[in-house]
Amino acid sequence: MSATITAPRHPGPAKDLRVARRLGQRRHRTNFVVEALCVVATLVGLFFLASILLTLLWLGFGGLSLSVFTRITLPPGSHGGLLNAIVGSLIQTALGTLIGTPIGLLVGTYLAEYSRGSALGDAVRFVSDVLLSAPSILIGLFIYVLVVRPSGGFSGIAGCIALAVIVIPIVVRTTEDMLRLIPVSLREAAMALGAPRWKMILFVCYRAARDGIVTGILLAVARIAGETAPLLFTSLGNLNWSVSLGKPMASLPVTIYQYAGSAFADWVQLAWVAALLITVGVLAINIAARTLLRGRH
Amino acid sequence: MSTTERELKARLEIMGGLGAEDEAGLNPARMSLRNLDFFYGATQALKGINLDFPDRQVTGLIGPSGCGKSTLLRVLNRMYDLYPGQRATGEVLMDGENIIAPDVDLNDLRSRVGMVFQKPTPFPMSIYDNIAFGVKLHERLGKSAMDERVEWSLTRAALWGEVKDRLSASAMGLSGGQQQRLCIARTIAVRPEVILLDEPTSALDPISTLKVEELMDELKQDFTIAIVTHNLQQAARCADQVAFFYLGELIEVGTAARMFTAPKVQRTQEYITGRFG
Ligand SMILES: Nc1ncnc2c1ncn2[C@@H]1O[C@H](COP(=O)(O)OP(=O)(O)OP(=O)(O)O)[C@@H](O)[C@H]1O
Ligand SMILES: [Mg+2]
Repeated sequence: MSATITAPRHPGPAKDLRVARRLGQRRHRTNFVVEALCVVATLVGLFFLASILLTLLWLGFGGLSLSVFTRITLPPGSHGGLLNAIVGSLIQTALGTLIGTPIGLLVGTYLAEYSRGSALGDAVRFVSDVLLSAPSILIGLFIYVLVVRPSGGFSGIAGCIALAVIVIPIVVRTTEDMLRLIPVSLREAAMALGAPRWKMILFVCYRAARDGIVTGILLAVARIAGETAPLLFTSLGNLNWSVSLGKPMASLPVTIYQYAGSAFADWVQLAWVAALLITVGVLAINIAARTLLRGRH
Repeated sequence: MSTTERELKARLEIMGGLGAEDEAGLNPARMSLRNLDFFYGATQALKGINLDFPDRQVTGLIGPSGCGKSTLLRVLNRMYDLYPGQRATGEVLMDGENIIAPDVDLNDLRSRVGMVFQKPTPFPMSIYDNIAFGVKLHERLGKSAMDERVEWSLTRAALWGEVKDRLSASAMGLSGGQQQRLCIARTIAVRPEVILLDEPTSALDPISTLKVEELMDELKQDFTIAIVTHNLQQAARCADQVAFFYLGELIEVGTAARMFTAPKVQRTQEYITGRFG
């Protein structure tokens, strides 16, 4: 009886405090090294980011004036603005989002709710993920072949479609991810009340996933607002005032592309302003998205 | 499970009809299970269950973890239908209709057999909309009729006083106990005939638990109730009839009074006295 009492309650030798202390010191040293490396990496990253932003702010603000917003792009030396490019960018970004979002929502919903284990679902998910990481210039070429050539020329609508193709996979992914996060218990609770599947999805799942999905859409908007390559082959750019979807349409990224490499100082200056405008716009959208996401928790 | 001869004899006695003292005080059946088997794929989780749920009374389902209590509830409102590979055979009779037959309208059935889950599951919408959601699925009500229904169900669920001033606030802001009572209100707002509760108080504090238990006494005037619980005191307090399950089989069923004072099968007695489970 007494033998069982003296036997250690845990297997192995008794705990040695000196060993424990030495292990603790080693842990602290490792922790310090890793932490230092992280800080250095962060500083390097921040340095480049800050230098880009500061250059942009410095050169962009220098050229900012009212005429940027009231005058269209003009030949060098005639005090042109960016009005047509700003409006063109707004139109194409908005329409691209409007076309791409519903398609992306429906596909994402199909993948999360209806495709369980089906080969079609897996294929769609694969294609969508490939599209998500496809170089955007390919998407431009794709729309060039599919829309621009058959329709006989560059057009604003072709630009919108190209941007929509970029929006779709982003919205598909966030929609699917957000819907999958919804607990089974919530779905069962809706079904237990006698809700048909589509009402459960529409009124309960979308409601629960709303913030996440909206965030995804906003991030997609931010992404296409700065896209140049897909527009080069589709809406081309337009130095004149035009809001016709059937004609070539100006945009900020394409204007930057054309102006920044030119030999004229005032054009280069406007390119910086355009870059500043896009950056501020994208920043605002990102902050909105983040705020939404934070409000969720 | 190795069934002892004694158990077998006692079980035959139960199946052959309840003893006179067992039926005392139990109403005629609202729902009846006949030779019910249930399968998760190839695994059988319920074996030949025969059980009556007396009308407007509370049936407590007890038994050790994994014995099939939740499975049984999920058969009664066909929740299992959401998952391919799960199937039930036998009969679940309600008004003479077998509700596990393939041609039954599930949405209609679920409006007649409501369910409250273990963890509160408020929808991410306002308190009012949480209740209106279920009602709108089955009825067309005007604004004032809906208001009335919301107040009625919240009152029945003993929640009205606490939320009447913030009906348009999000239901996610309620406490756990309030959320569970909201889920009960949401279920009774559809005016089902039967309410299934799967360990409805296991996530609640003692005060909220007491409220839900009192509620059940109140609700059984209108509804037939089946409640799964691990809390034997709760079963003794709330249930009129108690059914003991073990490894997918119904071992014994009787009035709560008899089951807790004079169980006939040894396993029931062991479980009730806390010797296993
Ligand atoms: N989705 C499922 N797939 C396969 N087997 C399952 C599934 N759900 C439950 N089971 C099995 O069926 C049996 C009964 O489970 P059930 O959930 O009904 O038990 P329970 O009595 O409710 O237990 P508890 O008291 O722990 O909730 C268990 O053996 C369990 O492992
Ligand atoms: Mg259970």
